Amino acid sequence: MQCHFTVYRFNPQADKKPRYHEYRIDAEPTDKILDCLNKIRWEQDATLAFRSSCAHGICGSDALMINGRVELACQKLVRDFKTGNNFVIEPLPLFEVVKDLIVDLEPFFEKYRQVQPYLKPGKNDSDKEFIQQAENQEFIEPALRCILCASCTAGCPINRANPDYLGPAALLRAFRYIFDSRDSITEERLERIDTEDGIWGCKTMWWCTEVCPKEIPITKCLGQIKRAVKQKDKGG
Amino acid sequence: MKHQYDVIIVGAGLAGLRAAVEIGKDAHVAVLTKVFATRSHSGAAQGGIGAALGNEEEDHCEWHMFDTVKGSDYLGDQDAIEILANDAPRAIYELENLGVPFNRTSEGKIAQRAFGGHTRNYGEAPVKRACYAATRTGRVILDTLWEQSLQRGIEFFDEFQMLSLIGQDGQCCGVVAYELSTGKLHTFHCKAVMLATGGAGKIYKTTSNAFASTGDGMAIAYRAGAPLEDMEFVQFHPTGIYKLGILISEAARGEGGILLNNEGERFMERYAPVIKDLAPRDMISRCMLEEMRAGRGIDGKDYFHLSLTHLGEDVIEKKLAEITSFARTYAGVDPVKEPIPVQPTCHYMMGGIATDADGRVIVDEQNTPFAGLYAAGECACVSVHGANRLGCNALLDTLVFGRRAGMALKAFNQSVARPKLPAKPEKNDADTIQALMNSTGKETSGPIRAELQESMMENVSVFRQKDSLNTALAKIAQLKKRYQNLSIQDKGNCFNRDLLDAIELGHLLDLAEVITRGALHREESRGAHSREDFPERDDKTFLAHTLARYDAVKGPQIFTKPVTLTKFEPKERTY
Repeated sequence: MQCHFTVYRFNPQADKKPRYHEYRIDAEPTDKILDCLNKIRWEQDATLAFRSSCAHGICGSDALMINGRVELACQKLVRDFKTGNNFVIEPLPLFEVVKDLIVDLEPFFEKYRQVQPYLKPGKNDSDKEFIQQAENQEFIEPALRCILCASCTAGCPINRANPDYLGPAALLRAFRYIFDSRDSITEERLERIDTEDGIWGCKTMWWCTEVCPKEIPITKCLGQIKRAVKQKDKGG
Repeated sequence: MKHQYDVIIVGAGLAGLRAAVEIGKDAHVAVLTKVFATRSHSGAAQGGIGAALGNEEEDHCEWHMFDTVKGSDYLGDQDAIEILANDAPRAIYELENLGVPFNRTSEGKIAQRAFGGHTRNYGEAPVKRACYAATRTGRVILDTLWEQSLQRGIEFFDEFQMLSLIGQDGQCCGVVAYELSTGKLHTFHCKAVMLATGGAGKIYKTTSNAFASTGDGMAIAYRAGAPLEDMEFVQFHPTGIYKLGILISEAARGEGGILLNNEGERFMERYAPVIKDLAPRDMISRCMLEEMRAGRGIDGKDYFHLSLTHLGEDVIEKKLAEITSFARTYAGVDPVKEPIPVQPTCHYMMGGIATDADGRVIVDEQNTPFAGLYAAGECACVSVHGANRLGCNALLDTLVFGRRAGMALKAFNQSVARPKLPAKPEKNDADTIQALMNSTGKETSGPIRAELQESMMENVSVFRQKDSLNTALAKIAQLKKRYQNLSIQDKGNCFNRDLLDAIELGHLLDLAEVITRGALHREESRGAHSREDFPERDDKTFLAHTLARYDAVKGPQIFTKPVTLTKFEPKERTY
């Protein structure tokens, strides 16, 4: 069936401002939006730029705005939309456009690096694995689903208002290590984000949870951090 | 632009990152990667990583070694396989201590589950050997190693495409790379290069592999004079989602899932009475095709049902979370209630750049090293997988041999000076790109790639025979000719995917030729290589590695190297 794609185009080397280009392609209801973009690129317009790699929602390359909503292009099929086979494709909001649908994610990764995203292990008395209770592993499990696609951060209204806010993805990573029983610097981690641009930047607006393509209950995880910070303050 | 380092690692999947973490601050190292590091295809590995920890039941490294040797159809080098199996528990404990969040047993140890071809006591029954984190094992290890690299201050050049290797005085001393965001060429001058560029599944139409899996490292090393080993062995994973090729992990069968034909029969019971649906991948893919030919595909078509419904919602949602979501999203089926339609999908290259067990690339049958060039992971062939890789040995391979390559690189770095750069190291690549950009040829990458993928799928997949292989070779020759007539529509230099497609397509064409030549040479059936005109394994003639050396005029030159046998004599392979 015929689908109509309106695609955001911007080449900073040639264009003064962004424009929208219209494409018509034949697509199956079961085609991914990414398949459609590839079809446009391979058959009609080789200059269209977008990122992709695994094409099944695990590498996190292809988060875009599809019909005004943040989505992974490889995880949404044509049949998932009730817009009469009309699609508007735009780059992720919040970030600077490098070309067409490609944005500069360096500010996103910079925030991520700020939360010390690595285990600072305590002493392991065994020469084998740390003993970790299954319940503890399951508690942090939601955060392990994160693929760093930046959907949540791009979708977060606080991030748009306050560029210094760490944002949901970085805080979710903080959550993953704060609650990992093998980690030894929980207090330091909590203190580090106990700021207005840190965990208190989150105003519980749920947009991150709403757009997360891996269905991570991000807002809830951030709520757990808030509770831990409060408990630390009470205790100390 | 010029950069100087001690070591350049190309590829930021598990093998590359494990080596980078090993080298750490002991040498000045940088990692080049064509996709941002955490987008590397190691992250798509689902089911697990094998190690005889014995956390769930009795297990031994020697059992793991035996299973891997038998799984390889006796083509794997047993000295290397012994290293792999013996080093596995250490590698897992190390990962866990670095923070990898494995699933846990009720005692808080690393949980393990069954996987294809892994058995108790030399083939008696399946054994729980795969350590896992739901069905995102590769992803959590990738994230952990990337974060460890950040902590160690490893430098990354993300979205840089390697174009060629630089050599001087018989030593590899650098890489020319193309920066995707600017179109600029960069020269990375160093003492040693390690290739960790992954597989080449995009040679085939139906594949579980990423768009990035175009065998760049294999093709570039091959053109630079490094022989490729055992390339005819291409793994078709039995359970790709029908028509899409997206992987449904073997863990689904490890947890008890079964394959059914159109009569509702669990057909693997007939072919592998002992381990049934946990037979190795080569065997199951072959059995599926035989069932299909007998008219027992679902609806008479070319797919089967993978049924998980009897496992219960808890196991499906918790232990198989990722694949459950894939089935729902892409196949539109809910595995809790209905079976998943599956068919074999191109998954893994057993072959690759010939190396020794320390990641040194070798140039001949005497294992003479290619000075300054290292490789590990899917792009390399040690060989631990031989003619067929067992599930959960790929992640293990990247970690064990990525680390060993890292250690060898540290020693090499101490022992040599940085060779001088040859004059104008970028010139060849600059000329090639210029010629492509200026070409007025009538061809574009898309159709050539599609025809290559179709021909390889049709003629050089699970079953092969002389005629089909010759058909494929003729097709490849014709496509190579058309490739000379390629032009680039995108004239810009910012994220010019059109140009990158063309470069990658050149790699796919070269590798497809090596695979097909090797398959034609090997007149026997072994592991993933099934010749219908030579259905038996022939140890007398072909218990040997196939090596292919690049010759720009005559095409791949085939020679052989003996297999290292130590503990296990080749036997008939039944399960």
